Amino acid sequence: MKNSPTVTKIAGTGLGLSAIVLVLVAVSLFSTLSVNAEIIHEEKSLYRDIAVVQNGPRRCMVFNIHIGDRNQTCVDVDDQEKLVFSYTRMSFAGLLLNPQPRRILVAGLGGGSIPMTLTKLFPEAEIDVVEVDQAVVKVALEYFFFEENDNMEVHVADARHFVKRAGLAGEKYDYIVLDAFTGEYIPEHLLTREFLQEVHEIMTPDAVLVANTFSTSRFYDHESVTYHNVFGDFFNFKLPTSGNRIIITWLHPLPGRGQLMARAREAAEALRRFDVPVLEYPDRLSTAVDWDVSRRVLTDQFSPSNLLRDFR
Amino acid sequence: MTYHAHQSLLRSVVTCVAFVSGFAIMSIELLGGRVLAPYFGSSVYVWGSIITVFMLSLSFGYLWGGRLSMRNPNPVSYALFFIVASLCCLPIILAADSIMERIFLAIEDPRYGSLLASIMLYFLPICVLGMVSPYSVRLLVLRESHSGRVAGHLYFVSTLGSALGTLATSFYFVLWFEVNTIMWGLVAALLLASAAVLATHFLSHEQNPEQLTVVETKVAEDRIAQPHPNERGTRRSA
Repeated sequence: MKNSPTVTKIAGTGLGLSAIVLVLVAVSLFSTLSVNAEIIHEEKSLYRDIAVVQNGPRRCMVFNIHIGDRNQTCVDVDDQEKLVFSYTRMSFAGLLLNPQPRRILVAGLGGGSIPMTLTKLFPEAEIDVVEVDQAVVKVALEYFFFEENDNMEVHVADARHFVKRAGLAGEKYDYIVLDAFTGEYIPEHLLTREFLQEVHEIMTPDAVLVANTFSTSRFYDHESVTYHNVFGDFFNFKLPTSGNRIIITWLHPLPGRGQLMARAREAAEALRRFDVPVLEYPDRLSTAVDWDVSRRVLTDQFSPSNLLRDFR
Repeated sequence: MTYHAHQSLLRSVVTCVAFVSGFAIMSIELLGGRVLAPYFGSSVYVWGSIITVFMLSLSFGYLWGGRLSMRNPNPVSYALFFIVASLCCLPIILAADSIMERIFLAIEDPRYGSLLASIMLYFLPICVLGMVSPYSVRLLVLRESHSGRVAGHLYFVSTLGSALGTLATSFYFVLWFEVNTIMWGLVAALLLASAAVLATHFLSHEQNPEQLTVVETKVAEDRIAQPHPNERGTRRSA
């Protein structure tokens, strides 16, 4: 059969479309990576594509690189202990409330820099890390110098399920870090009042909760209202160098600046090797209500996080 | 009401309620992820469980709906499907937590936990909604030669409903309403669908009682007395 006009037309359209797709992919790759960056590894997972991107000494784990997501986590290969991101450093402000954690839960592994730092700081502490994606664990072990040890174990599980089970078994933690991101935002079921109540259940009386969230987006209001609903007043920790906001809270009334400063001075020495400027932190821990308190509390019934994220 | 007017009204109503059924199925499926997440998370296993159970329920629904359509197909049974489906949705709203709590306690592995929870919550309502499809075809097919077209038309409408149900739920409903509010809305929509079918039926029945059992006989008559022009053509050329 000769090529009919229709066939030619379809082939032409197909070629045209492929060309457009190629150009788009090339453009997005180019805009994501700077000139010297190189993808040294790609890992397919059930949830997302994970790329390991190296740029000079800095190595980053990036989710969904083709749609231009932000870096998940980075490590400096020449100085592995240095915490590259300010939000990672900020998460250690929780130590100003509980300076000696013994049983730690970290939800969301990423490159593992938070649990690795914690296990170096507190080698005796038992650390459970919960990560939903096996591929993230693999990449963290192979490319980000993450290591499990006798006191630190990674559980491949959904954090919600893990926390509920821990509550049922009567497990208690005295330092909990919520750092589970999908590449876009925090999974909806890890943002609700019910989830925070379950987290509350597994906290010892002196436990501190550290939650990493974004400080932009309309969602900020809903999230703040929800945390306030469960925990009452909390420290709202923001830095101009970071788009992240760290929520720090516990079950007691929040300590004053003097006590925080005293704790910061005690912790400063140990945290110096990780580049955490903890002495600057007490002045940044704010209890001011800077969100719209009329926003709805997020619940298992109402948690449209990804819809709220971008509309402001 | 003439026979043709009745048939055309029935066709419109069945088309509408097939759309509602498709819409409800996908809306319920999408919300299923939200319902299960507090107990089993939203890992890929949980979606695997939900999709498996929905496909399974629909396949059995098609099978049993098809069988039921052999026995005296009538709009009242058809309306009953919608009523039963809406009743079967009630445990999702009223008892999901206690059901899932028990499963959570009994089964440690979230894969099998979510699978069992999906079966307990969704098998019945989705199975019954699946029965709607073959039964709708049966109610509207008058002549063998048109059966493909009728089936195609109904698949088109109900799958379009599914597409819109998915879109509306994921883009807008979850932003405006609570999960249970949306579920109540779907229950109401299914009950309205059954009411529409019953109203059509009894309205025509009052005016013209003898025409309601005709579907069966009419098919037979058509075949014997007045073969469709297309059918004749096909036969000749074959």
